[in-house]
Amino acid sequence: MKNLNSIFAAYMIGWGVFFLFFLSVVKRSADLRDEVERLKRSAFKEK
Amino acid sequence: MLRRIVFAVVAIGLVACATYASFYVAPEERTMGAIQRIFYFHASTAWAGETTFFVCFVANLLYIWKRKPQYDWLGLACAEVGAACITVVLVTGPIWAKPVWGIWWTWDARLTSTFVLWILYICYLLLRTLLDEPERRALLSALFGVFAFIDVPIVFGAIRWWRTQHPAPVIMGGPGSGLDPVMKKVFFFNVLAMHVFAGFLIAERYYLEKTRHGVELLQREAEAR
Repeated sequence: MKNLNSIFAAYMIGWGVFFLFFLSVVKRSADLRDEVERLKRSAFKEK
Repeated sequence: MLRRIVFAVVAIGLVACATYASFYVAPEERTMGAIQRIFYFHASTAWAGETTFFVCFVANLLYIWKRKPQYDWLGLACAEVGAACITVVLVTGPIWAKPVWGIWWTWDARLTSTFVLWILYICYLLLRTLLDEPERRALLSALFGVFAFIDVPIVFGAIRWWRTQHPAPVIMGGPGSGLDPVMKKVFFFNVLAMHVFAGFLIAERYYLEKTRHGVELLQREAEAR
């Protein structure tokens, strides 16, 4: 198959972009979960 | 949670099947050869990106009209996913162009308008980071989103209105255009898969924004105490 490297590069980079985007969503979700836990702890301390 | 997992499995399963079909079901194109297989990924991602921007546009209009935060979250989710799609289009396009045209890039109407589209939605996302007050941020970005959408029909029409380096449309291109029936089926299967995948990413991003809104309310409540 001719130009196999180019096809491989296009698919790998393309899916890499989507994977990085999804990873950033997962990371931001995890940070928010940590924030919720912190808020819960501080509310519990106040009580 | 189960619904989100099922959505992820369906979306990933569909794109895996569509990629398989692009390589093993679609016949090889006579003049370009194997490199043409990038078309199934490149064009279907572009279609998914433009649909995503259309949803963003509708969400922006609804926010301006009704001022409900849900429309702002949807607009933001669509703008981010659409920008990711157009990034993929702008990367896969030159990789396909180099062996076929002999150049990575040229400032023709389709390529330039797509690049401008990408810049506009990056600006939309940057604008949101510059504004702290939530209602003001939502309104200004919705107004900017409506303006940014003007470029989507220009991208669509660029290869129809002007003779450019980019090939003329093979779908909805008028007389003389068209695709081999098997290629057409594989292409539309890829379009479906990319739309479902984009829908999955939008749902995940929307859920994140909804959670962020809840956390901000809790933070404000804690500060007020």
